[in-house]
Amino acid sequence: MYGVIPKISSEGTRRAEALRARVGVIPKILVGRRRLSSKALRALVLAATMALIMPCIGCKDDGGRVVSVVGSTSIQPFAEFLAEQYGRKDPGLQVEVQGGGSTVGLQAVANGLAEVGMCSRALNAEEVEQFTPITIARDGLAIVVNPANQVSRLTTGHLRGLFSGTIKNWKDVGGLDGPVRPITREEGSGTRESFVHLVMDKERISRAALTQESNGAVKELVKGDPAAIGYMSLGLVGEELKALQIDDVEPTSENVLAGTYKLARPFLFVTKGPVSPEAQRFIDYVLSSEGQRILESEGLVRAQ
Amino acid sequence: MKQDKFVSTVLMLIALSAISGLALITVFIFMEGLPMILRTGAREFFLSSDWDPRAGHFGIFSMIIGSVAVTTGAMTIGSVFGLALAIAFTQFCHPRLAALLKPVIELLAGIPSVVYGFMGVVTLVPLIRTYLGGAGLSVLAASIVLGIMVLPTVTSISVDALRAVPRPYWEGSIALGATRWQTTHMVMLKAARSGIATAVILGMGRAVGETMAVIMVAGNALEAPHSILDPVRTLTSNIALEMGYASGEHRRALFATGVTLFVIIMLLNTVALRVSRRAAGRKG
Repeated sequence: MYGVIPKISSEGTRRAEALRARVGVIPKILVGRRRLSSKALRALVLAATMALIMPCIGCKDDGGRVVSVVGSTSIQPFAEFLAEQYGRKDPGLQVEVQGGGSTVGLQAVANGLAEVGMCSRALNAEEVEQFTPITIARDGLAIVVNPANQVSRLTTGHLRGLFSGTIKNWKDVGGLDGPVRPITREEGSGTRESFVHLVMDKERISRAALTQESNGAVKELVKGDPAAIGYMSLGLVGEELKALQIDDVEPTSENVLAGTYKLARPFLFVTKGPVSPEAQRFIDYVLSSEGQRILESEGLVRAQ
Repeated sequence: MKQDKFVSTVLMLIALSAISGLALITVFIFMEGLPMILRTGAREFFLSSDWDPRAGHFGIFSMIIGSVAVTTGAMTIGSVFGLALAIAFTQFCHPRLAALLKPVIELLAGIPSVVYGFMGVVTLVPLIRTYLGGAGLSVLAASIVLGIMVLPTVTSISVDALRAVPRPYWEGSIALGATRWQTTHMVMLKAARSGIATAVILGMGRAVGETMAVIMVAGNALEAPHSILDPVRTLTSNIALEMGYASGEHRRALFATGVTLFVIIMLLNTVALRVSRRAAGRKG
């Protein structure tokens, strides 16, 4: 333990003497006991801690109120864009947008950690009792395949078969002879839950299905693999993939709005109990014609 | 003396807070995960392959198989190449060349795993898909990526083990007329084998625990793989994939998956420690 003076060997003594001979008199400053007193050290530690904490004390109060919006990673980019636009009009109110997932958003609202949750699927019966959902937009679920794939239309029944693993070959649905590789999203993803709800009915997604953790990863995979089939947000499909007609309806924003393309899900803002006037201001902005126009120009379908 | 006492108290406190962090993590993981395993039943949890959180089925057998498959593949690749490098550096290479190349291999350890994963997705996966078939995202892809990732660990610890073999062993063998290769595999490798075993086991610990790169290249399908071209989900990727969304029993099941991983890695490290200690004991 401390306090024990180490025994100094003759070797050590010799070294020390050699050093003293070379340096001459050891300067007082190196020998002095009070180089850095414990008091000075304590002050230093205190100052360092203060320096770390100080910036955070200031940050919350300078711009007025903060509204935090937490949840679905599918809605997050749109909400961030809206928050930015809104910030220009109403600089006194700061809207903070964070991801985490639909379920995380609901939890955060339930715990009071966030005022507004984002949820990219319809609420279930239990959740409806607890929260107030506000539909801010609708989003189509596109069924995507590689452009090299011959198939361009499927029925919901085909989809169910392809994803549950009962249809294993593309030739069974009008394509070339070859295996089907369904790509799904991870358990709990809003996109997955909407897909299961809209397409799968009581059936389970095949256990052999590849699981990717984002729209982007699904896109990347389908782009490279002619045998793949996946589902993703309609607004994010782009030019490199082929979005299929489902039950003879083309997947377009117009058809989602008209209600003829059935694979659509709501994008929700979710609140619990009374909402602060600041949060209400932001929600009103999102639902206003300007907010809706922004969402439409970003590829979503207006809330009607 | 007063200053000594002050400094040693401060250092002691810092050291203890680091260790208590570890203790807290351990306690937390076990508190969240263990009751869940007991409730589901260890047999059901470890030996069933039915993972369907929605329906309340939590069986991680196929993921244990997945982790074992990927780790075995990675270690086959990692130890063959790592050991070859270590032998080349210590026995056959000009010392100056070795001094140049060894840091290069060690540099591999500094590359973030997401970069390995990305390289795997962009280059390796399409190659496997085109030339070997399947989805490309597979046990094979994950094994190759992880095999490269464990190279620095395996190589540098094996090099240390081979360098620690007393010089007279080598000289004696050469003096008896053995060739360099005979000396290497009959004397050096035998003398350094516990060090090399430690290297492999520590590399294995890294392979079991790696997450990001594996999520990107393994495909994460729930079914246990039947061939090396099948996609696979490991214990770590299961936690990372579903953590963001999980709540309630599902979340506890993920912690239970964490408990399983924790125990596996602890076991590996204990074995590694034992093996290297036995070696140290024999030498001393």
